[in-house]
Amino acid sequence: MSTPVDNKPGPFSFSAENVERIKEIVAKYPAGKQASACMPLLDMAQRQNDGWISVPVMDHIAEVLGMIPMQVYEVATFYTMYNLKPVGKHHVQVCTNLPCWLRGSNEIAAACKRVTGAGFGATSEDGMFTMTETECLGACVNAPMMQIGDDFFEDLTAENVETILTTLRNGGTATPGPQNGRHGSEPAGGLTSLKGEGEDA
Amino acid sequence: MLKDKDRIFTNIYGLNERTLSGAKSRGDWDGTKAIMEKGREQIIEDVKGSGLRGRGGAGFSTGMKWSFMPKEIGDRPHYLVINADEGEPGTCKDREILRNEPHKLIEGCLIASFAMQAHACYVYIRGEFYREGEALQRAVDEAYADGLIGKNACGSGWDFDFYIHMGAGAYICGEETALLESLEGKKGQPRLKPPFPANVGAWGCPTTVNNVESVAVVPEILRRGPEWFAALGRPNNTGSKLFNISGHVNNPCTVEEEMGVPLKEIIEKHAGGVTGGWDNLLAIIPGGASVPMLPKSICDTVLMDFDSLREVQSGLGTAAIMVMDKSTDPIMAITRLSRFYKHESCGQCTPCREGTGWMWRMMERMATGNARIDEIDLLEEVTRQVEGHTICALGDAAAWPIQGLIRHFRPRIEERIAEYQATTAHAAE
Repeated sequence: MSTPVDNKPGPFSFSAENVERIKEIVAKYPAGKQASACMPLLDMAQRQNDGWISVPVMDHIAEVLGMIPMQVYEVATFYTMYNLKPVGKHHVQVCTNLPCWLRGSNEIAAACKRVTGAGFGATSEDGMFTMTETECLGACVNAPMMQIGDDFFEDLTAENVETILTTLRNGGTATPGPQNGRHGSEPAGGLTSLKGEGEDA
Repeated sequence: MLKDKDRIFTNIYGLNERTLSGAKSRGDWDGTKAIMEKGREQIIEDVKGSGLRGRGGAGFSTGMKWSFMPKEIGDRPHYLVINADEGEPGTCKDREILRNEPHKLIEGCLIASFAMQAHACYVYIRGEFYREGEALQRAVDEAYADGLIGKNACGSGWDFDFYIHMGAGAYICGEETALLESLEGKKGQPRLKPPFPANVGAWGCPTTVNNVESVAVVPEILRRGPEWFAALGRPNNTGSKLFNISGHVNNPCTVEEEMGVPLKEIIEKHAGGVTGGWDNLLAIIPGGASVPMLPKSICDTVLMDFDSLREVQSGLGTAAIMVMDKSTDPIMAITRLSRFYKHESCGQCTPCREGTGWMWRMMERMATGNARIDEIDLLEEVTRQVEGHTICALGDAAAWPIQGLIRHFRPRIEERIAEYQATTAHAAE
């Protein structure tokens, strides 16, 4: 774990604002059970630390929570959302599990590769995108879908994937959610229930 | 078919106001104090009487589960933990509750916590549902500000705190004891049972873990009366339920329907039918990735509830219906699921840690046909050796889809092997 890249960029400490938030987070759990705050702190640290968690980050969290560093390493390495290596500006996670695969996630993955030049597990040369293949993200009736940062982009086609990623690369913003005009998980062909027509809708 | 007047989740698509005032206008938080004044035992009896079975997959009686908690608070506090670690492939129903109907969940948590004498509830949301976590937190803040939760919640005299804990990408944390480990700040590896969580749960204290949907429907059941819920569906499979219809249908969607609705009917009425028509159907996985697939011949008539699907050697699971039309390679489809289980095995039990990888590699060969006919039996035998031999149900979940494939599509696997052998024999000449 102590490779040179893992140990960049040197010592880590939480920002003053995050130090205040740590108190609130620890207070959510029973007294003496502050280890429960390990996961929220890892997430907070990752957000502060350009999207990834280094060994000094884990060591600092262990110190803050009175844990043995190995306990924090165990947690950080168990969960897939903690990035243990630096990531690009946008972390793009493409679901390829069954419901997305049935609706064309292969084409989505290919479109991602065309725009970013990076395959799964890689970061684009311009450092804009890190591409990850993920398991089911839980938006299956809006498949195929991908997650960029904290946002879900749903009901994708190869074309709108190219548009979204190109926009982001050019510094623009993309609108999350279904890309086919749907509001959420209602049937695209029009409501079949909850039509507000009284008794037997 | 369910009528709108019997639908619980009237804003499941988020087309109306998601705020507290919007939720109240739809009936949420109406008479919560009066419900609590019925008393703990009556609430638990009513939930039992409604026939509500857990909506997270296992289908255990929710009221019965609540009754396992100690009757009196001893030296350890009680906790309610909500499982919002929705990750079963095909399943996206709790997401809609979290973002569009959060007040149903919060009110349900208050009532459930009161019934089990818990002053605190923790909702464990999968980490990828960051926006859903934000939506729920907004609703929680509104509920606190309105005195609905917190000290003297709803004026009931009961103090109740509500906390959100975000996961970080581990399917196994949907298993209740792995979830508790994760809540305690550890790797999500399931615990041996007994002791059961009702005795030793979160931080060693009596704990009940319920699925989001199970708890979110409770306030409406108690408002309308358990008889109303019990009259929907079929005996032992009562009520309404959120269904997710994904895959090869014209209009994939989430919809609340009556338990026991025919599979064909729900797809045709709500999802616009199978792509290319019902006769273009190959197979359906009716309850999330972990339950065995069903060929069209069974899908023609089967009903969507716990007992009906068990009779055909599958299960309702999370009621996530994944539809595959005739363009689908069913061997590839199940191979993808095998890769998922290999990825998500926590590594604690040998049969699962080694077996999921072994089964996946074997499935990869079956998908190309690079196997021998007798290896199909070997694969089936290995699934039986994994099933039932692990601490949690992930081993079973990895075994069942393969068993379902072999049960219904063995000729396809044999055909693939024969094709491969013919090609390679030809190439060798």
